[in-house]
Amino acid sequence: MTQLMEHKNTYLSSFAQLQDEVGGGSHPWLERLRKNAIERFAAVGFPSVKDEQWLHTNVAPIDRTPFRPAARPTDVPRNALAEFSFADDAAIELVFVNSHYAPELSTLNPLAKSVRVSTLAEALETHAERLENHLARYADVAANPFVALNTGFLQHGAFIHLPRGVALDRPIHLLFLSAASGEPAVAHPRVLILADDTSEASIVETYAAASGGVYFTNAVTELVVGNGARVEHCKVQQESLSAFHISTTEVRLGRAAFFLSHSASLGAQLARNDVNVVLNGAGGEAMLNGVTLIDGNQHVDNHTLLDHKEPRCPSHELYKAVLDGKSSGVFKGKILVRPGAQKTDSKQSSKTLLLRDEAVMHSQPALEIYADDVKCTHGSTTGPVDDQQIFYLRSRGISLEAARHLLTYAFLAEVTGRIRVLPVRQRLEAIMADRHGLPQDLRVAHIA
Amino acid sequence: MPLLEIKNLHAKVADREILKGIDLTINTGEVHAIMGRNGSGKSTLAQVIAGRDTYEVTEGEILYDGKDLLDLSAEERAREGVFLAFQYPVEIPGVSTSYFLKAAVNAIRKHHNQPELDAVDFQAMVKEKMKLLQMDQTLMRRAVNEGFSGGEKKRNEIFQMAVLEPRLAVLDETDSGLDIDALKTVAHGVNALRGPDRAILLVTHYQRLLNYIEPDFVHVMLEGRIVLSGDRTLALKLEEQGYDWVEQQVAQSQNA
Repeated sequence: MTQLMEHKNTYLSSFAQLQDEVGGGSHPWLERLRKNAIERFAAVGFPSVKDEQWLHTNVAPIDRTPFRPAARPTDVPRNALAEFSFADDAAIELVFVNSHYAPELSTLNPLAKSVRVSTLAEALETHAERLENHLARYADVAANPFVALNTGFLQHGAFIHLPRGVALDRPIHLLFLSAASGEPAVAHPRVLILADDTSEASIVETYAAASGGVYFTNAVTELVVGNGARVEHCKVQQESLSAFHISTTEVRLGRAAFFLSHSASLGAQLARNDVNVVLNGAGGEAMLNGVTLIDGNQHVDNHTLLDHKEPRCPSHELYKAVLDGKSSGVFKGKILVRPGAQKTDSKQSSKTLLLRDEAVMHSQPALEIYADDVKCTHGSTTGPVDDQQIFYLRSRGISLEAARHLLTYAFLAEVTGRIRVLPVRQRLEAIMADRHGLPQDLRVAHIA
Repeated sequence: MPLLEIKNLHAKVADREILKGIDLTINTGEVHAIMGRNGSGKSTLAQVIAGRDTYEVTEGEILYDGKDLLDLSAEERAREGVFLAFQYPVEIPGVSTSYFLKAAVNAIRKHHNQPELDAVDFQAMVKEKMKLLQMDQTLMRRAVNEGFSGGEKKRNEIFQMAVLEPRLAVLDETDSGLDIDALKTVAHGVNALRGPDRAILLVTHYQRLLNYIEPDFVHVMLEGRIVLSGDRTLALKLEEQGYDWVEQQVAQSQNA
């Protein structure tokens, strides 16, 4: 207990420092926001496995580590981001190192009419009112201690505003790189995305390691998709294998809005993603896709919520995981259909391949339905690669290793094939093809 | 030297013995049919030849081209020219037929120190075989067997056989679930592959298939053994009279 208090206090003293740095500025609302949030965190602390939402994910290792606010390193070379950068395939690419904006690493192409992509700090100058109206209005500090912690330290991150009717043909890329230094550091990147009515864009968040080491990323993204707007959102997590990654993505959909989400988890020793989507307008549509590909002692926990508030909203969810080594996974997908949400059509599926006997998956669908004219289905499968499929491939001359690899690849490719942002799809499929150390001529290429 | 020589083969699954001493010799150029009731062990024999490791061979041997076949993995057998047309072809979601077949062709070619086929040569080769089996051109883009009708799956097996050109083809109940037109198409495909360098083993329940693919030899399997062998007139007799007389004949010879 004393240990726990001590490290909570690490955050509290860091908070005091932050206040000295930025507090008392021109935005009392922001200061209030931070203060309320840190008070909330001080009151509840880190969640324990007794909390139903954290049943299978023990964050004690985060609690035990005295993380200090990450400083901005000056010596991150450009080639550290080569693997992750979209370069000119992006409409614009903002690079953050340890959550601090790194303009010299960013690709700042001119953007279409009045589209705004900037740091939060800059947006506080130019779009203060919009920020005040939206920031922390969706990600609830009372619902999740990590959201409280992020909001308490709200300072670094990105702001995206797509005005009404604007359509971008290339993706916006936010690349959050972590460069670990000597002592464990924590970053709390924050993203606010406002897609006004009938706008269209693809937005990618990449969280990746510029170098290995222990660090903690605690990210929160809030995304408002206006009436008739269409947004594809990709979150790719490729943190260091020693890192901790906690993220919350809060989405609000307007009338006839379309939201396509992809969440890929490859890195971190412990990762937890919450994707909460509220269908706030009639006829809105949400598709949530997930890919988890882990090994060793990695642990990835995906929690999703599809909150149907209005009628005639379809939602479709497919989360797939491949667990190798002694890794473990969690999927908890909740579909909530509120009384007004008639004609909801929701389909959820969670499928996991266990490549080793030691790997473990906890998969739990949860349906809560308060309307009588709805269609909701869910399904969950967990198991090894299918024996009959393996034998079928072997009986045609394909080796056991190649058969396992091909089937594993194809299993995940069903999800990655839905990603419309080509650089993301290619990056993920290249990683999938690289797994299992097969010689080049046996690796999967151009499978479809 | 025979292409396939099975001697006193015993095999079990879990603790149940299914094959109880099979003897069978097949030479290149020959077509053999194995008939028998459900549960007689026909399909087990087919799977054991192909290398399915859920069956444990407890006794006996299989020589293929004079070499110990049981020593080889399923994929090595395939590369050496053994092919099994599955009774229940397996669906492989996410893997296109084209990718799958090209991987198979090139695994086999590599084994024989032949260069890999490039996409153009592969397409040309496949196109010809598709015509033979009257396969729809879109098949190559579809995932292996996924959403195929029963008849399409069976035709796809023979199509694969045509592409892979095995030396020993074992067809496990390829006729089941086929209507008469599909049966003729499949038989046409199989007959086109008959030749002096190749042998075919048909495992079937019914005589019907044998009207279209005429076997040189017919064997009857009963409770894990081949109890009777003859020419194709044996199949006709089984069609007319069923299997009871075979059982009686076996029982008599055992009592004698």
